Amino acid sequence: MTGARTLEPLAAYALALGDDALILAQRLGEWVARAPQIEEDVALANIALDLLGQARTLLAYAGQVEGAGRGEDDLAYLRDDRDFRNVQLVEIPNGDFAVTMARLLVFSAYQYELYTALQDSGDPALAGLAGKAVKEVAYHRDHATQWVLRLGDGTEESHARMQAGLDQIWPYTEELFDPASDLPDVGVDPATLRPAWAGYVTAVLTEATCRQPEPAWRSRGGRDGLHTEHLGHLLAEMQHLHRSHPGATW
Amino acid sequence: MTDSNRAVLLAAARAVPDPELPVLTLGDLGIIRDLQVAGDGTVEVELTPTYTGCPATAVIADDVRDALRQAGAGQVRVRTVLAPAWTTDWMSETGRRKLREYGIAPPGPAGHADGGPVRLALSARCPRCGSADTREVSHFGSTPCKALWTCRSCAEPFDSFKAI
Repeated sequence: MTGARTLEPLAAYALALGDDALILAQRLGEWVARAPQIEEDVALANIALDLLGQARTLLAYAGQVEGAGRGEDDLAYLRDDRDFRNVQLVEIPNGDFAVTMARLLVFSAYQYELYTALQDSGDPALAGLAGKAVKEVAYHRDHATQWVLRLGDGTEESHARMQAGLDQIWPYTEELFDPASDLPDVGVDPATLRPAWAGYVTAVLTEATCRQPEPAWRSRGGRDGLHTEHLGHLLAEMQHLHRSHPGATW
Repeated sequence: MTDSNRAVLLAAARAVPDPELPVLTLGDLGIIRDLQVAGDGTVEVELTPTYTGCPATAVIADDVRDALRQAGAGQVRVRTVLAPAWTTDWMSETGRRKLREYGIAPPGPAGHADGGPVRLALSARCPRCGSADTREVSHFGSTPCKALWTCRSCAEPFDSFKAI
């Protein structure tokens, strides 16, 4: 099977955005029946479902652009970790609820700016998806914001854990703004999203009485197929059924 | 195929009930974007999903196909289109009334969709007792399109259709 690394730029770009959404959907799904309250089970499942919908659209489009007959399921279930192009931020384990909310804040604030900009893409399929998805992501970002505020500006214990969650996530934020494609009129240069992202996130952290972490290292390489050991474990669970029963459908 | 045939088919597609909220038709929801009849009689319908991940989308496409065949169509092709993005502002007045009667607060205006904050949600009126003294319990409810609210006056929980 052709690896993602040999894809042409448009397919690779759609795959990168789709993989981000797919892998975070899978991670969020792990919270179902384990969240602090039942409303949160429902909320995280809803957010995961939105991300899965975005992933399906993007993976199906990547397959269509590639033109080799691979559909959304082939791309989701039959690639190995080195062929996934998601940033490492979305694949690291959920940690506690504060880590999950720190990641959701960082990622949804990024996705919000990304989809806002991508609405003006020269590619109608990507622009259409972005116009749809930005409305969904506005709710995700707001959800994460409310939790970060509540936990950060809450009790001594919740503040300490929220800060620890942010500290754990922060080394993975910079990778979001690394170049994702070489498609001037179609893709969005992630570096251009950084100021608006930072403005939003910094305001939330300030209001939450949290400190913006200054990590000593940063992750790299997810867009080139370099991942943490955690992605392989996640894929094993996500792909198990499809690989055990090839061609199975509902 | 004449214009009146197209009108009959369009009415048949719009009359299909939503599988999740059967009190609403697809016409009430405003998710049938277009219907054209090709020279060879193939009917092409354009649907737009409420949310990208809405699991009802596939069922809706099947139901539309069945309804159009029953209305006399031969080949039916259903296409999913994302642009322009669906907004709750396309929901009909009839649809809003039916939702309220069904126990779901209809959506307010989709103001935040153009980038404004969603944190200060407009209050939803309780569909059971009509009180405006309500509060949002969670942005997210039993389906992607609904939020969870509760009424302070009659103490009943209720679903509210999210404005997007």
